[in-house]
Amino acid sequence: MKKEKLKKWQELPIGGLILDMGNSSETQTGDWNPNRLVWNEDTCTHCLLCWINCPDASIKVEDSKVIGIDNYHCKVCGICVEVCPTKPKSLEIISEEVA
Amino acid sequence: MGDDAIAEAMRQINPHVVAAYPITPSTQVVEAFARFVADGLVDTEFVATESEHSAMSACVGAAAGGGRVMTVTGSQGLAYMFEVLGVASGLRLPLVMAIANRALNSPLNIHGDHSDTMAMRDMGWIHLYSENCQEAYDNTIQAFRIAENPNVRTPVLVAIDGFQTSHMVETLIVEPDKLVKKFIGEHIPSYPMLDIDNPVLYGAADRPDYYMEHKRSQLVGIINAPEVITQIGKEYGDLTGRYYGLVEEYRMEDTEYAIVVMSATAGSVKGAIDQLREEGIAAGLLKIRAFRPFPADEVAKSLSRTKSVAVLDRCGTGGAQGGPLFLEVRTALYEEKSPPQVINYIYGLGGKDLPLKHIKDVYLRLREIARTGERGKLVDFLNLRE
Ligand code: SF4
Ligand code: SF4
Repeated sequence: MKKEKLKKWQELPIGGLILDMGNSSETQTGDWNPNRLVWNEDTCTHCLLCWINCPDASIKVEDSKVIGIDNYHCKVCGICVEVCPTKPKSLEIISEEVA
Repeated sequence: MGDDAIAEAMRQINPHVVAAYPITPSTQVVEAFARFVADGLVDTEFVATESEHSAMSACVGAAAGGGRVMTVTGSQGLAYMFEVLGVASGLRLPLVMAIANRALNSPLNIHGDHSDTMAMRDMGWIHLYSENCQEAYDNTIQAFRIAENPNVRTPVLVAIDGFQTSHMVETLIVEPDKLVKKFIGEHIPSYPMLDIDNPVLYGAADRPDYYMEHKRSQLVGIINAPEVITQIGKEYGDLTGRYYGLVEEYRMEDTEYAIVVMSATAGSVKGAIDQLREEGIAAGLLKIRAFRPFPADEVAKSLSRTKSVAVLDRCGTGGAQGGPLFLEVRTALYEEKSPPQVINYIYGLGGKDLPLKHIKDVYLRLREIARTGERGKLVDFLNLRE
């Protein structure tokens, strides 16, 4: 995803309202987190438990297979890590400083 | 009584929702209106909340839902609403709130002064101050038109002086229900939440990248307000014969010494002026009706012709360089080539009386300042035992 274009004050809807529904995909809501979720393709069994449980629709799936993480929207809540059944886990939270 | 005048206007306006928690000296508004509801004279959904914080919250919800909404409070009640006041203005909700101005604790005092609304002067609301019962009634009706104007869409408060106006019995001209109904017209909500076919989100969070842009965008309503307030005041005048502007001048044409004041005290000042004029003293009054947005140009224009000005603040300084009205007036005059001398008096805190004698003394001091050029004390108290 490329850098989001910020609007001028004149372009904003009255009262800070959000008029178009489901527009959070246009806004990078997860780029503030100092930690990051990484996915290990080699151990993943594509059971999709992470995808079902993610509250932010941040597990990217194509043709019933995990293809990556949407780090612009992932809040690094760790729910997916918790539910991932593989050993070792196929999802891991790392510190951005390490990354 | 001023409270009944406001309640009567509310009956005619027939808002969709009124959410309130009664507090002295505006209790009578809520009581009278609750009676209208019980008697079936209005269709309003009346929500008797458990606190003022809840009252303003309910108003915010109802207005976002798309309703025409009003509440009533003052003093501690207004202070308790504080958190939600900025939500109402930030979301650009066209609420109307009547206030019977009352002192803030401590010491506990139920009587009139402006410290409650002055504490919220920068919350993004439009402030209209009323001199008497008639203005309370007229302002309440006009407030809806101002708040709901598409170029404004900003909450409006209508203030009256606690007890001096809220409990003062005087003659009131009540316009026919039909005329008021026609004047305020149908409420056309902007982005109502209850329009489920067109969902919108109210109250989203901003990070530093958008907050300032949103605050600048909020200001548009306030910037557009003076023109709308003036135009609606004229339209109302054409219908009723009672015209309203941002300020009111009383005997200012040839004035040398002017007092600037808001609300009920303007009536006393007019009385003092009439007496002083008999004695040949060219006294005048500039009454501020719209304190927010502050009508700086009108104030500068009106006062630039005078020699000396006293601003009477019914609110303490709280450590500022003077009362809030004084700071505004003095700043408004800064650009003038030869501005008048401006002094400040704090008066009437907690309902303290202001007899005509003291007002006349102010004019005599203004004359002395103009004669000698010696300004003396910048900020002082009126009718204070010392
Ligand atoms: S839960 Fe683990 S194994 Fe299952 S799809 Fe997600 S990452 Fe892969
Ligand atoms: S960490 Fe939370 S938000 Fe991020 S992908 Fe996992 S479940 Fe979704």
